[in-house]
Formats: sequence, structure tokens, C-alpha cells
Amino acid sequence: MTATALAPEAAVRPRVVANICTHCGLPAACGDRFCCAGCATAFEVIGQLGFGRYYLDRLLDPARRAPRPDDQPRTDLVRHVIADGKGRWELTVAVDGLQCGACVWLIESVLAREPHLLIGRINMTSRRLRLVWQGAASDALMFSGRVEQLGYRLVPFEMGALAAARETTSRNLLRALAVSGFAAGNVMFLALGTWMGARQGMGPATVTLLHFLSALIALPAIAYSGRVFFSSAFSALRRGRTNMDVPVSIGVILVAGLSLWQTVIGGDQTYFESATMLLFFLLAGRVMDHRARGQARAAAEDLLSLRGADVGVLSDDGSIRPRPQHEVISGDLIVAGMGERIGADGVVISGESMLDASLVTGESLPRRATPGTHVFAGTLNLGSALTLRVTEAGAGTLLAECVRMIEAAEARRGRFVVLADRIARAYAPVVHLCALATFLFWYFAAHASFATSLLSATAVLIITCPCALALAVPAVQLIATGRLFGAGVLLKSATALERVAEVTLVCFDKTGTLTEPELRLDAINDPEALDIAAGMAAVSRHPLARALCAAAGPVGVSPGVIEHPGEGLSCGSTRLGSARFCGLPSSDGAGAEMWLTRPGRPPVQFSFTEHVRADARDTIDRLRRMGLEIRLLSGDRAHAVSRIATTLGIETFEAECLPARKVARIAEWTAGGAHVFMVGDGLNDGPALGAASVSASPSSAADVSKNVADMIYQGRNLAPVAQVIATARRARGVMRENIALALCYNALFVPAAIAGFVTPWLAAAAMSGSSLLVVANSARLGRKIAL
Amino acid sequence: MMIMFALLGVSITLGGIGLSVFFWSLRTGQYDDVEGAANRILFDD
Repeated sequence: MTATALAPEAAVRPRVVANICTHCGLPAACGDRFCCAGCATAFEVIGQLGFGRYYLDRLLDPARRAPRPDDQPRTDLVRHVIADGKGRWELTVAVDGLQCGACVWLIESVLAREPHLLIGRINMTSRRLRLVWQGAASDALMFSGRVEQLGYRLVPFEMGALAAARETTSRNLLRALAVSGFAAGNVMFLALGTWMGARQGMGPATVTLLHFLSALIALPAIAYSGRVFFSSAFSALRRGRTNMDVPVSIGVILVAGLSLWQTVIGGDQTYFESATMLLFFLLAGRVMDHRARGQARAAAEDLLSLRGADVGVLSDDGSIRPRPQHEVISGDLIVAGMGERIGADGVVISGESMLDASLVTGESLPRRATPGTHVFAGTLNLGSALTLRVTEAGAGTLLAECVRMIEAAEARRGRFVVLADRIARAYAPVVHLCALATFLFWYFAAHASFATSLLSATAVLIITCPCALALAVPAVQLIATGRLFGAGVLLKSATALERVAEVTLVCFDKTGTLTEPELRLDAINDPEALDIAAGMAAVSRHPLARALCAAAGPVGVSPGVIEHPGEGLSCGSTRLGSARFCGLPSSDGAGAEMWLTRPGRPPVQFSFTEHVRADARDTIDRLRRMGLEIRLLSGDRAHAVSRIATTLGIETFEAECLPARKVARIAEWTAGGAHVFMVGDGLNDGPALGAASVSASPSSAADVSKNVADMIYQGRNLAPVAQVIATARRARGVMRENIALALCYNALFVPAAIAGFVTPWLAAAAMSGSSLLVVANSARLGRKIAL
Repeated sequence: MMIMFALLGVSITLGGIGLSVFFWSLRTGQYDDVEGAANRILFDD
């Protein structure tokens, strides 16, 4: 008995465990080795080239895009090719779908077969492919075709000026750290010699020689490594402000100058080792600070660079040409295929489909689009291809309007002053006055020599140099952001962590934030009908069909299914699709639904509703236990919002909120003294995200929202929101502890310095002691955060 | 006493070599793709 001998109705019945596609690992039709023709070709190509071991070595990561070749309109890569003027061309692209080291090996090996290609290397950390070749610029398409055939997607990547500047800064900081480390080590080793030598009767000539040697190493090192602080302090002073770098710069320069003078006159009060060590610790803090933000921000930028597929513009000869979004003008005809996001606002000219506008308006249920329907950029086309005439492009779109509102909201938000700067503002004047007072006391009141008075004042400066203070915050930030990064939260803003710690009210958006981005099938008590429907739906990529398959579990694909785009599926006389397609009277249209009709059987309805994320209830309860108020602002209809609010136990909610309304609400709460944490994903949440004192977006959010939000969290859970707040609060606690420790340490040694008891070795020991204490205290945070 | 001068010279030279090697590694981008380098050893070219 073979499957072909059976009637279609019977053939779908047996529940067969679905195959896994040999190439991409996604479910495939039963009996098939591949899920689609693209995967079969990819497998064949890899086999022919002799790279079959790729399949043995690789490790598929379910969190990443499966390497399934797709037929999305390709971006015009040639536009991004750069000529180097010597007949060579260069192109850097982001690779989407990179799973593991085997993928890197496969792509590089395949590219190595190209004779003209000089360099084809992937940076696995940043997931970028760099190509350099000789020949024509258009060869880029040939290379990208080779890679895309394997199932990877290449996205043009343009490194922003900011990212490039960050890379340069990072290198300069590392260089400065290395130089100061080298100097600190060697100078300390020489200084130890003099301290020990003083007890064993080392001759003054030898001591002076060692001091000169120290100066020879320390002064150039200070000049080189100290630039970071000197330039920052100088620019702050020029603008009439002060920051942590001002006392550092004054201290280091004074100490170096005084030590040089002592060396020249043959004295023994040199502080070269303290000065270089101070710079080393401060630079370590700087590097940590930079690292803490750089990694997460680069990852967030990568997420954003994967957007912006070109828009398919229909040209006069009937061909479809990809064009970047910002070059589409009003009046153009554009084509949006199934599963594509529409690139511009427009009116439907031909085609009929269902549109998912959840990212734009927050509406959870798909809407029907027929000729004449107005659609917004960012809407997802669920059904068959649509042709649209662009009505607005650029500044006239809904998107552009949202961006304007976001800018206005952000301007009103005001600048947040980070903890370290607040401390510095109070600390710097106190320290300088203290040093000055010490000098005046010794010189005028105690009638000491000018040199002795100056040495005591310098000792005060060294002891109070905010080395531990400068480490107190970055060390904590490095650990906290690293932990959050591991948990899938990418902090984009430098001050986000400190702002999150102050939050008193959390405001959620509904669609896509509290609920899952996809619809789910409601419970159905007809398993047989479900199996049949799922067997048919398996061939379709329509979201409702996918939801049906997901609910049914693994099923065999029934043969002979024909897809009628935008309407439904048929298999013999069995039909699955909209009520109209199945010949039934239209229902009230309250929700998304599908019907299954079979000859001689009553029709079966499948309805789909949005579901709250699995851990939404737990997260909200946890937030409430943390003493936070919970609010819900949604653009969706009232009954959908109240249903979700009741499920989650949120008492204060508001439905049918336009973006401006959300901003007004947040402004109201802020005026009432609340620190609002806004979590949202839609384009319509963008302005609210900008208006709140801190904001987060899931990685499935609209690009604009991800751009505005202070952090992006990945994965299907809502728990990261609570984790961020908990982590930020603990981090703030440790930061305060660190600052208190550093200040106590200073308070302990300052009287000794004023009294003139501090010798060079004591200063060096006190300074490194306080720095180590602060770093050790920060390390505790790593264990305290249980994620 | 001579040994001290010899040792001073030796230690500073060694430190200088370390520093220049670090600069070289930074300049040639040895830290640009740490993850990739860890994976590449598993595959022969």
C-alpha cells in the first residue's frame, strides 16, 4: 500500500514524524530530505565542492536564522563596493545566519575557489565578511550569490562614524594602558630598590641615578598615557566645567614636576611610581568603562544593520528593481511579496492580502487589504503579493512623523548626570582646597621651608587622587553589563544602568511586548480535523498556517495541496482557508480564523488569538514585589487590551492610545514624580520610549523603536525586564559601597598626609590598596547577581 | 655593584620588548576576532 494509491483525504491522516531538512535543519515534508528546492541545491553544491564534512562539523544554533536559501529580493550590493584606486575592490557585509565555526570555514572555503578574490575572510566576533578582489565591481554579485546559495544572507553594512571613532578610542586607550603598565612596573621596581637601599646604606649617588632612571621612564610615559585625561580636563575647563579628569590631571602634573625637581636637586621625595601607577589604574577604569559599553552597543548596532531590505520598485518595462528605501519617491509603483515588510506608505493598486500592522499601530489582528486600502510603511504582508503606489515617502511618512515626535520627546527628557560626575563636582574643589590649605598651613603657620610645604601638599594630592573613585563605577558597570549581555540584554546607552536603578513605574505596550509576536491557535476538540488541516497547512508560509502546524505538532505533508495565495489551500475537494474561500458566509470578523471544509462533513473553524508571553505573569508579579507600579498603554482595541490586562492582573490600563497620547501619559506620570521605564516594540511606541526616563525594546521590535530604546532584550521571554531592574539596583548598591569605601580610605590617610607623615612608599601602598579594595568589592557583584 | 647595572639594563630591555610586541599585536588586529580565532583551529584550510 503506497501513499499514492490513497485518496487525498486518507493520505493526510497517518501521523508521521516530520523529517528535518538535511541542509537547514528546519522541518521538512515527510519522506523528503529537504524542506525546499533551495536547500536541495545548497546540499548538492556543497557535496560537489567536496565540503560535505560541513554537515558533520557544524552545530546549529536554534536562536539564529537557519541557513535556508530564500527568494527575498536581494539588496544591491554593488552600490556598497569601494574602489581602492589600484584596481582592487572591497566590500564589507554583515552575514546573517552564521551558526558556528563550520559556517565560517564553509563560506571561506567556497570563496577561496574564486580565482579573482584576494581576501575573503569572516570576522566571527562581529559577523562580518570582508571581500577584496581584482576585476569588476559587479563581481560582488557573483561572490554574494555563491554565499547566498548556501543559505546565508548578506546584508550591506556601513560602519557609522561613531562606531569607527569608538574603535580608534578603544585602541588608543589600550596603547596608553600598555605604556603606563610598562612604566609603572619598571619604575616601581626601581623605587623598591631605593626604599630597600635606604636601609642597607645605598650611596646617595646610586639613589639619584635610580631616580634619574625612573624619571627617564616615567616622564615620557606620563606624557603619552596621560593625554587621555589632560585633553578631557582641558576641554572641560575651557567650557567652565569640572570633571573627574581635572583633579587627576592637576595631581599627576604637579607630582611629576615635583619629583623631577627632587631628582635634579638630589632629594629623596620622588613620587614617580605613584604617578605612573595612578595612571595605570585610572586607565584600567577607562578601558573597563569602554569595554562595558562597546560590546553591547556593537551587538545592538549589528541588530539594526540587518534591517532595511531594499524596496522592489516596478519599472516601466515590468521588471522589479531593488532600490534603497530612502530613494523611493512618491508616485513609484512598488511590489511587496508575501512575508515582506512594506517599504513605504502607499495605496494598494492590485492584489488582495492580509496585512499585519502590529508593529505600526499595535493592532494585534491582521487586516484585509484590497485595492484602495491605505497601508503604512513597516506593515507586514501576510498574503499574496501586492502592488502599491507610493503616496508618501521620506519626510511625509508615518515613520518620519514618529521620528519627529521621538526627537521632541527626547529633547524634553533632559540630561542625566551620572553618579561619577556628580561625585566629581563635589570632590574636586574639596581636594584642591585641602591641598592648598595644607601648603598655607605649613608655609605660614608652621614656618616650614617652601619645599617641605609643597611636599606635604603634594602628598595630600596623591592620597586623595580619585583613583579608587574612578574605578568604583566602571568596574561595577563592566560586570553588570557583561552579565546582562550574557542574559541577552544589550545596553545601548552609557547611563542606562544608573537610570534603570531609579525606576519607580514600569509601563508596557501590549502587542508584541506582553504578548507573543505571532498568533496562536485556540484549543480545538477535533484532533482529526486538526491533523488534516495541519497536513495541508505545512506547505504554506502564511503565519496562520504556521500557527496551525505549530499547534498540531509534527505531521506529514499531504500530497497534492495547491496554494491559492491570499485565499487558502485546496487538496482535492478539501479546502482550508478564509470563510469566503470555503464558500461559507462571512463571520463577524472579530478575530483571525481559518475554516476547513470537507465533502460530507460539517465545516470546522480554527480561530487564532494572541497569547501572553509564557512568563509575563511571573515577571509582572516579580516587578510588583520589587515595589514598582505597573501600567499598560496600548494602541489596540479596548476589549483585546482589557482581556490581556485581566489575565495579567494589571489594573491600570488604557486602550486605543495614539503615540501622542502615550507620550502625554508618560509626561503626566513623570511630572507626578515617577521615573518611568517604558517597554514597547511598535513604531507607535517610539515616541513613548523616547519620553520615558529609560526604555527597552524586544529584538523583534520595529527598527525605530530599537533605535530609541536604551536597551534591547533578546529571546521570547519578558523576564529580562525584571532582571535588568534587579541587576541595576544591585549594581547601584555596589557602586555606592565602592564610593563610600574609597572616600573612607581617603579620610583615613588625608590627616597623615596633612601632618607630613606620608612618605613615597606609603603613598604608593595606600593608593594601590584602595584601588584593589574597590575592584575586589566589585567582583562580589558577579556572585551576587543570579541570573 | 656592576651586576645591578646589568640587571637594570636587562629588565628594562625585556619590558620594552614585551611592550613592542603588544603594540605589534594591536596594530595587526590580533584582538579583532577573538571568537573566530578560537574556532579556526578546529578546521584545517
